[in-house]
Amino acid sequence: MEIFETVFVRNNLIVAFALVGVTIWFSYWLADKLTQGRIHGSAIAIALGLVAAYFGGIATGGNTGLADVAMLGGIGLMGGGMLRDFAIVATAFGVQLSELKKAGLAGVISIFAGVIVSFVVGAAISVMFGYTDPAEITTIGAGAVTYIVGPVTGEAIGASNEVITLSVAAGLVKSILVMIGTPLVARFIGLDNPQSAMVFGGLMGTTSGVAAGLAATDPKLVPYGAMTATFYTGVGCLLGPSILFFIVNGMF
Amino acid sequence: MIVYGVALLSACLILGMLIGEALGVMLGVEANVGGVGIAMLFLVLASNSRQFKALTEGAAGDGIKFWSAMYIPIVVAMAARQNVAAAVDGGLLALLAGVAAVVVSFALVPVLSKIGKPKPVDQPQDGGPA
Repeated sequence: MEIFETVFVRNNLIVAFALVGVTIWFSYWLADKLTQGRIHGSAIAIALGLVAAYFGGIATGGNTGLADVAMLGGIGLMGGGMLRDFAIVATAFGVQLSELKKAGLAGVISIFAGVIVSFVVGAAISVMFGYTDPAEITTIGAGAVTYIVGPVTGEAIGASNEVITLSVAAGLVKSILVMIGTPLVARFIGLDNPQSAMVFGGLMGTTSGVAAGLAATDPKLVPYGAMTATFYTGVGCLLGPSILFFIVNGMF
Repeated sequence: MIVYGVALLSACLILGMLIGEALGVMLGVEANVGGVGIAMLFLVLASNSRQFKALTEGAAGDGIKFWSAMYIPIVVAMAARQNVAAAVDGGLLALLAGVAAVVVSFALVPVLSKIGKPKPVDQPQDGGPA
């Protein structure tokens, strides 16, 4: 047992490669046998990853899902921000500049529209739940933008820790739902070309949600959605503690 | 050489991140503003330009394609390290706020996709570059 632990912990990134490989193989097998290819194999793999993350979080009490299990720590490195961003940038290889220009304006508008709409929806729901303090309403609204914008805004305007935690949870729900929901609704919202993918990335904004959602829908769309999504959190952090907070403050 | 492509990819990411970080500081925001997106633009420019041919064609290009192909496995690992337990623990308010934000945003995709399209009806549905 100790030999296992030593080898697994010392080579944790390699363990992660092997584990993810087996998971993807199993997911594609399931997609083929159980759904006759109607559900994309990568959608199943991502869902399995989320389920594993839930049990990892419950078992360890940590906040990075399966990566908190000592022997599977490599999952944290493999799925962490550094390699994720590296691989996202690599997907832009072969993208035509003309495609980006075509949706440029719509992409920019969608970033601002996405931040404001998510914020308003989150803030409105917090009011429905009886929150009246402008800082608390703003923080929960910002959490509905992304789970990074929530705490950044909350800390900037002095919201309580419980509300900040709540805003992170709202952002996590959003991110996970985008991962699972995107392949299911793609057909109905016209998500099948580079232009709508750029708008989609700008509207959703959660980089992990968009990254996984598009991967499970059509990997060819990933670079377009990721391109706009990566501006979203920055714009959210810009608007949340400033204009959006001032507006909420004026209303309550 | 495979490593030439990998090095180009790395240079794009680092340059993009530096600009994104500088934008964040300039705007007074505690976040990297579009670093990855800017890095992607650099890679698109490089892969569409003749000057960078030696870094994007042949074996060097394979070095970039490898990481592009590793994207889905990396996303699966990313899913496995999300704080799903916290999302489930967030209660009804967090659940509703997250779900409603996603539903409304999904609904806006077809609306905003029409912006800047000269002939929305006649345009052929293009699946993007292969």
